[in-house]
Amino acid sequence: MSGTELEAVIGLEVHVQLATRTKMFCGCPLSFGDPPNVHTCPVCLALPGALPVLNAHAVHYGVMVGLALGCDIAERSIFARKQYFYPDNPKAYQISQYETPLCTGGHLGDVRIHRVHLEEDAAKLVHIGHSGRIHGADASIVDFNRGGTPLIEIVTEPDLRSAAQAREWLQLLRSTLRQLGVSDVNMDEGSLRADANVSVRPAGSDTLGTKTELKNMNSFRFLERGIDAELRRQRALIDDGGAVEQETLHFDPQSGTLTPLRSKEEAQDYRYFPEPDLPPLEVTAAMIERARADLPELPAARQRRYEDELGLNAESARLLAFREGLGEWFERGLATGEAEPQPLATWITQDLAAVLAGTEPADSKVEPEALATLVGMVMRKEVAASAGKTVLERLAADGGDPKAIVEAEGLAAMGDGDELEGLVQAAIDANPDAAEKIRAGKQQAVGAIIGHVMRETKGRADGGEVSRIVREKLGV
Amino acid sequence: MSDPIELTGAQAAAAIRAGDLDPGELFAAYRDRAAADDLNAFTWVGDEVSEVDVAAPLAGVPFAAKDLFCTEGVPSQAGSRILEGYRPPYSATVVRNLHGAGAPLLGKTNQDEFAMGSSTENSGYGPTLNPWDRARVPGGSSGGSAAAVAAGLAPWAIGTDTGGSIRQPAALCGIVGLKPTYGAVSRYGMIAFASSLDQAGPLTRDVTDAALLLKHMVGRDPCDSTSLPFPEPIELPRRERLDGLRLGIPGELSRDGIAPGVREAFEKTVALAEELGASVDETTLPHAPHGLAAYYLIAPAEASANLARYDGVRYGLRVDGDQGLMAMYTRTRARGFGAEVKRRIMLGTYALSEGYYDAYYGSAQKVRTKIADDFRQAFARFDFVITPTSPTVAFTLGEKMNDPWAMYLNDYCTVPVPLAGLPAISIPNGLSEGLPVGFQVIGPAFSEPRLLDAAYALEQSIGFDGSEARA
Repeated sequence: MSGTELEAVIGLEVHVQLATRTKMFCGCPLSFGDPPNVHTCPVCLALPGALPVLNAHAVHYGVMVGLALGCDIAERSIFARKQYFYPDNPKAYQISQYETPLCTGGHLGDVRIHRVHLEEDAAKLVHIGHSGRIHGADASIVDFNRGGTPLIEIVTEPDLRSAAQAREWLQLLRSTLRQLGVSDVNMDEGSLRADANVSVRPAGSDTLGTKTELKNMNSFRFLERGIDAELRRQRALIDDGGAVEQETLHFDPQSGTLTPLRSKEEAQDYRYFPEPDLPPLEVTAAMIERARADLPELPAARQRRYEDELGLNAESARLLAFREGLGEWFERGLATGEAEPQPLATWITQDLAAVLAGTEPADSKVEPEALATLVGMVMRKEVAASAGKTVLERLAADGGDPKAIVEAEGLAAMGDGDELEGLVQAAIDANPDAAEKIRAGKQQAVGAIIGHVMRETKGRADGGEVSRIVREKLGV
Repeated sequence: MSDPIELTGAQAAAAIRAGDLDPGELFAAYRDRAAADDLNAFTWVGDEVSEVDVAAPLAGVPFAAKDLFCTEGVPSQAGSRILEGYRPPYSATVVRNLHGAGAPLLGKTNQDEFAMGSSTENSGYGPTLNPWDRARVPGGSSGGSAAAVAAGLAPWAIGTDTGGSIRQPAALCGIVGLKPTYGAVSRYGMIAFASSLDQAGPLTRDVTDAALLLKHMVGRDPCDSTSLPFPEPIELPRRERLDGLRLGIPGELSRDGIAPGVREAFEKTVALAEELGASVDETTLPHAPHGLAAYYLIAPAEASANLARYDGVRYGLRVDGDQGLMAMYTRTRARGFGAEVKRRIMLGTYALSEGYYDAYYGSAQKVRTKIADDFRQAFARFDFVITPTSPTVAFTLGEKMNDPWAMYLNDYCTVPVPLAGLPAISIPNGLSEGLPVGFQVIGPAFSEPRLLDAAYALEQSIGFDGSEARA
């Protein structure tokens, strides 16, 4: 096969903890970081005789996700027992959905969704020992607080073609779920977890190669690195004339290596069967309408609206629509009518982002209305662009009203009258070398003259106007 | 006042309400009998009753509960060594309902381990004896409850029925046993055997008591998603005649394999029913003979999942060692589970395995649907279907322990009923060879009030006297 270009084929299985008040099948509250085993009851401890009762709110969230992803919502879906014996699973089966999930089909961006189903989370195992992993642990203890937390599992079709695309798509999914308000979608805390199914095939082929399943990629970066590492491994194997074997791999972010968890021969038989303790889940038209009414505008739709209705370029539209809360912040500024959409968008995504260096605008001292006012002033040339940046720095440092700052600091743009002409002449006189170079045809030397004028005027001068006067005076 | 032990539950409640009987004395009388139990019917007996609300419907008449009903602070072991010493932190909904109706708990009764059996010989705590003949079994799996009521060790009791576990021991002990419609009584707090089949019901001296207990057991429970509100109030039965009632006899469950004495008693009562005004005719349940085969796939399959939680970690028995977690698991389960339980866990695990699911569990579910259809068609022509409850009278201890299939055949007439989710009652139908025989009446879903009426009329006419077993 050597020599043939190998194409990556990637699908994701994403587990999302739902931010309901209580667990999936009992009334225990959800928690994170509480002392262990305080949120438990006969149901989530699997005491003999206890029975599950489905959380209606989790169903509502599941239907919302299904609608947001354009899935078909099953009128009747069935819970099943997925049997596996492990200390984090006190019933020795997980209640999940198997043959008839809540949602099928749909897509997010250009990635198709295979299915979305409801299930419950396992308890948390804490491994005592230096590795923090089960291998080499001195002891493992169980915290049942997490056991029974509502989960949805979202399974994509194998439509992703690179690790970077997988990462980007997962980020889109996260913004979408965050916008829906159904989950904290926090990879650090495990409320968003992704496994990847990875295979390669000759470019252009439409058959699927043997896949491996990657687990434990608990950040966007690790997801990308894990998939990349596995793609390299599979390509090298095939280039050497070998074959990929179906197996489950554990990604170690420290070393960047993948270690086998189990092979196909060791694959578990979950002995699924319909959960007799729960009747089939019937989703009525009224339930779907309620879920639809609760849907906010989603990132993909918002990006389209920003492009189609506000005329933003694709990059600005995507940046504003996909970052949680940023679109709202932008629209608050826009509502003042002080600034046009594209300049405001550019100022937010470039100038403000540079000044804030990682801080979200909503968490800064800059009010969106103030930024819109400033952008309007710059666009009307009431403030020169460079002075505008100074004002923006003031806003970021202390907040306040840009008009007041411009006034107090004397940053209003200079007219194109005699004052500027005099300043330009003085700058030429002070920089004879630069003037000589300009006369000799070295246009870029004009920067030194402009810089001089800007220093003298604290940036109030219009750079373009200065440049024009310089050329006029030097006859070039 | 005559001997309070000779009063039925309803009679005792009436006597207490009338001020003729002290509930504390009644409790003490039963407690003393239960504590001196030489039938091994009880696994635990209460000390004394706390406060009794005489105005409550059950007026302080105590009840015995099959071991598998979780009862807060009281040993609830489901007849299994793997739950030895387990005292749950909560009570089953049925137990709470009966407490709420004014009935205190007298004690917990012996049973086949996890309700798997038809003789109570599979108990981890030794077999229960039949009060009519101590060399014989009381039936099972609710054998402790049946024997306790028959022997006058408890006024009445509750049990569970999965394939016949209320009706068959009731028949073998000469008392009344009612398996309600699936969903009529909450399963919350019942230690599960086969979740799609398990249903709690009363074991009582007469039909009136069965109605009275059932009335306070039923109801939708928010903790059991498969429970349903009972569609009408359950009244005490009064009907003396069966005029206009159409009874169907399925040939499949009333001819082959039925002992001659049992068959004779059955035919006698059929004649009685006709005398009381019922019309009786043959009907057919063509798939009912496959009931046992389907049952012995579905019930073990569900049980294999339900019993996987007993691992020695969180409750019950733990057999520790120095060889780590896996060794603890296997030792605990090896010692904690009995042979029949192990057999069914293996059967059920196999039936659900990849590649076998369709052939076993899938086919069994299809048979189950066919059996339900058979009953539906029968009920289009008949009000009730009648059969003998058990093909034989009580057999001797040990007789069938080495032949699982012979043991399973005990449930031949009872097993199709829970597969179809239907209610059925077994009433005493005289004696054969000096041992009790049961008569089973099966009705459509939620027909219990009419089922009890019909059973009451038959009971009055049969005139069974069970006092011999209380002597």
